[in-house]
Amino acid sequence: MKKSKSLLLLLTLVLAVGTLLSACGSNEAKNSASNGNKAANNAANEGDVKLAADQTLKINLSAEPPTFDPAQAQDSQANTVLKMMYEGLVRLDADGKELPGAAESWEVDGTKYTFHIREDAKWSNGDPVTANDFAFAWERVLSPDTQPAPPYAYQLYYIKNAEEFNTGKIKDFSEVGVKAVDEKTLEVELNNPTPYFLGLTSFYTLYPVHQSVKDDAKWATDPNKMIVNGPFTLTAWTTGQSLEVTKNEQYWDKDSIKLNKISMSLVESGATELESYRNGELHRAGAPNGEIPADQIPIVQQEMPDEYKVKGIAGTYYYQFNSKAEPFQNAKIRKAFSMAIDRQAIVERITQGGQIPAFGMVPEGILGSDDQFRTEHNDKDYFQENVDEAKKLLEEGMKEEGYTKLPEITVIHNNGEGHKKVATAIVDMWKKNLGVDVKIQNQEWGVFLKNRQNLDYQIARSGWSADFNDPMTFMDLWTTGAGNNDLGYSNPEYDELIKASRSESDLKKRDEIFAKAEEIFIKQDMAYMPIYYYSNVALEKPNLKGVILDYSGAIDYTRAYLTEE
Amino acid sequence: MVRYIANKLFYTLISLFILISATFFLMKAIPGDPFMSEKKVPEEIRQRLMEQYGLDKPVFQQYIKYLGDIVQGDLGISMKKINQEVSDIIGQTFSASLKLGLVAIVVSVIIGVVLGLLAALYHRKIIDNITMVLAVLGIAVPSFVLASLLQYVFASKLHWLPTMGFKGPLYYVLPVAALSAQPIAFIARLTRSSMLEVLHADYIKTAKAKGLSWFAILTRHVVRNGIMPVVTYMGPMTANIVTGSVVIEQIFGIGGIGKQFVQAITSRDYPMIMGITIFYGALLMIARLVTDVAYGLIDPRIKLNARKEG
Repeated sequence: MKKSKSLLLLLTLVLAVGTLLSACGSNEAKNSASNGNKAANNAANEGDVKLAADQTLKINLSAEPPTFDPAQAQDSQANTVLKMMYEGLVRLDADGKELPGAAESWEVDGTKYTFHIREDAKWSNGDPVTANDFAFAWERVLSPDTQPAPPYAYQLYYIKNAEEFNTGKIKDFSEVGVKAVDEKTLEVELNNPTPYFLGLTSFYTLYPVHQSVKDDAKWATDPNKMIVNGPFTLTAWTTGQSLEVTKNEQYWDKDSIKLNKISMSLVESGATELESYRNGELHRAGAPNGEIPADQIPIVQQEMPDEYKVKGIAGTYYYQFNSKAEPFQNAKIRKAFSMAIDRQAIVERITQGGQIPAFGMVPEGILGSDDQFRTEHNDKDYFQENVDEAKKLLEEGMKEEGYTKLPEITVIHNNGEGHKKVATAIVDMWKKNLGVDVKIQNQEWGVFLKNRQNLDYQIARSGWSADFNDPMTFMDLWTTGAGNNDLGYSNPEYDELIKASRSESDLKKRDEIFAKAEEIFIKQDMAYMPIYYYSNVALEKPNLKGVILDYSGAIDYTRAYLTEE
Repeated sequence: MVRYIANKLFYTLISLFILISATFFLMKAIPGDPFMSEKKVPEEIRQRLMEQYGLDKPVFQQYIKYLGDIVQGDLGISMKKINQEVSDIIGQTFSASLKLGLVAIVVSVIIGVVLGLLAALYHRKIIDNITMVLAVLGIAVPSFVLASLLQYVFASKLHWLPTMGFKGPLYYVLPVAALSAQPIAFIARLTRSSMLEVLHADYIKTAKAKGLSWFAILTRHVVRNGIMPVVTYMGPMTANIVTGSVVIEQIFGIGGIGKQFVQAITSRDYPMIMGITIFYGALLMIARLVTDVAYGLIDPRIKLNARKEG
């Protein structure tokens, strides 16, 4: 009898604990929901657009930002959220043009930039944003003593002596080309004329941080401690679960901010995100913060044609040849492989997300001297797909190398359904068009990167996206011995051109140099095989307006708003 | 009893030590490190990061230092989630897995035992047949298939329940259903067969002959003895469910500990991998210990302190 009582007790206990735990749901800080309505009403007068009463935007991030410290960030999820919370010296509009941000104006004189911080720029605790805050933040990024070392410190290497300071060759920060002349004036001196530097000041590594963070390593992990200067402040964060930002009433341009709150779920699965969007729990799904599963793209295109959005973004998807591995030391064999595939078929039937077949290095969206670089220099001039030509080149190449039969070839790619499908299609085309058998091997991400960096492959999948809006971001990595050069590629002529471009201040001439370098890299050497230029596929509810997607696919929700459905 | 538990705890500690050592060296043997990325960081910055996190030292030295920290109860700081304590991340994400898991366990046990009992009482009747068909289905259909199906029907089509998230009672319904289907089926079958055995045992006949009421026989003898296999099963099941079903959490967008584990491995976040492994290990071992103890409480024939060794 006694024993059965204790059993009953045990069961009751389990039951009680379970119910209790399930009942105490989430304990996130609830901030006042009322303060955003004012702005919403103001904006409602614009034209005949009627704003929805509830300006709460609901989106999903497929991965939790690893940090909210601008100095430590290095991924697109952090970029999305930091853009809500911070503002750099300038910000970019939909066309990539620089608009005044924390700086209301600036003067450029060759390599010298003078920024005037606006009088009414304030931190979320009411302190004024000063030139010193920028100098402090940049010193923090560059200082060799910062823990952990900011991985993107090199984004500031354009500044005079910045690299020397970061690598410890110079100990005194006053020798670095950043100076707060007074409270509101920031002077920056660069090494070389850098046309994209102004745009770069809108990038998160260059955001200001409040000087109180100096003595507190954990300031960026606690919503209550974060002091920001952007349109929103972080108000709730449940690890692995959700994030929420609320309108910052201290922000100087708060009248143009119509959203009251942005609540972000952190769901990894693209399929779940899509279901959730269909169920009306999200206002936007897909790139850049998530991904619509490739097999669902044709379906949603049919199902929700008005909500389906495609935009080309500045990134290139390519297969790289290891020029140190047989048989790809031979340029003709590389060209043969590159000319023997059908890129149009790949984007139309495999990836299906509005990608553009690529024949060059620099994607659409990157600016040249007058127009887009790609419009000024047609990549179809470098080479064309041609099976007969490819066969001939392969034969010639094999003769040059003395092959009667090609060595065994394997293409490696990192895990992923999309990569696998593309690889299968390409290998099939090589088999059909060149009669070459190529094996496919998929590898876990870390293993894959290691193999690529150690030149332990023959053909490897790869991709590169823009860090800033300039052809340089796709080109300087292939110079001899550059940190990211995992092709084994080395061409003195190419190195020379990239070097020359750095000191060229005439935009037109600079552009010509880049085109020449691209021609050498692709047309002459075919160092890698371009496949397609990336695109962003997303679904957006018709009542969500004002979302800005920039050239690189980064997304800016700060000026977005919801209209009445 | 106390000696028995102390003895068990001692072996648990030794197992944990072996687990920590094996995981540490295996983890270090995988290619890659926490600072790898498609865009490489400059070599100087990379070196500095390796030094700051002590990854430039020989592996054995890192291992000794890690053991030292562990003994002091310090799981360290994540190398990917900048400046966040491993123990904080485990605590926060495990709470989601735990809440979901406990509800699923309670639901599984109650429904499973009741179904099994009904099936046994109405042996070879219609209830028995229906229950057993359901049980076979429950075991045969993988949980992720069921999860997707439930999500499609009740969220996407009927709009009755939310697709994802973990913000209130409604959010529990679908994941709990998906998570408990298999254990319910299993428990129902276990209960049924063991109840059938008990129902035909001699002491039940004796009890009947004594003139005990049917209800008293059921609660006092049948259920109590018939539930033993379920208790055995509950140990591993609890550990299994509570440590987070990665797939279910992924489908329903629940930020549990399973997701953190997978991410930690992909990104080579060494302290996180170690922390969650130790946590999982300890949890499993404790679940086993509790099962053993519970066993003794229910079945007087098992005398814990009489045993020499666990």
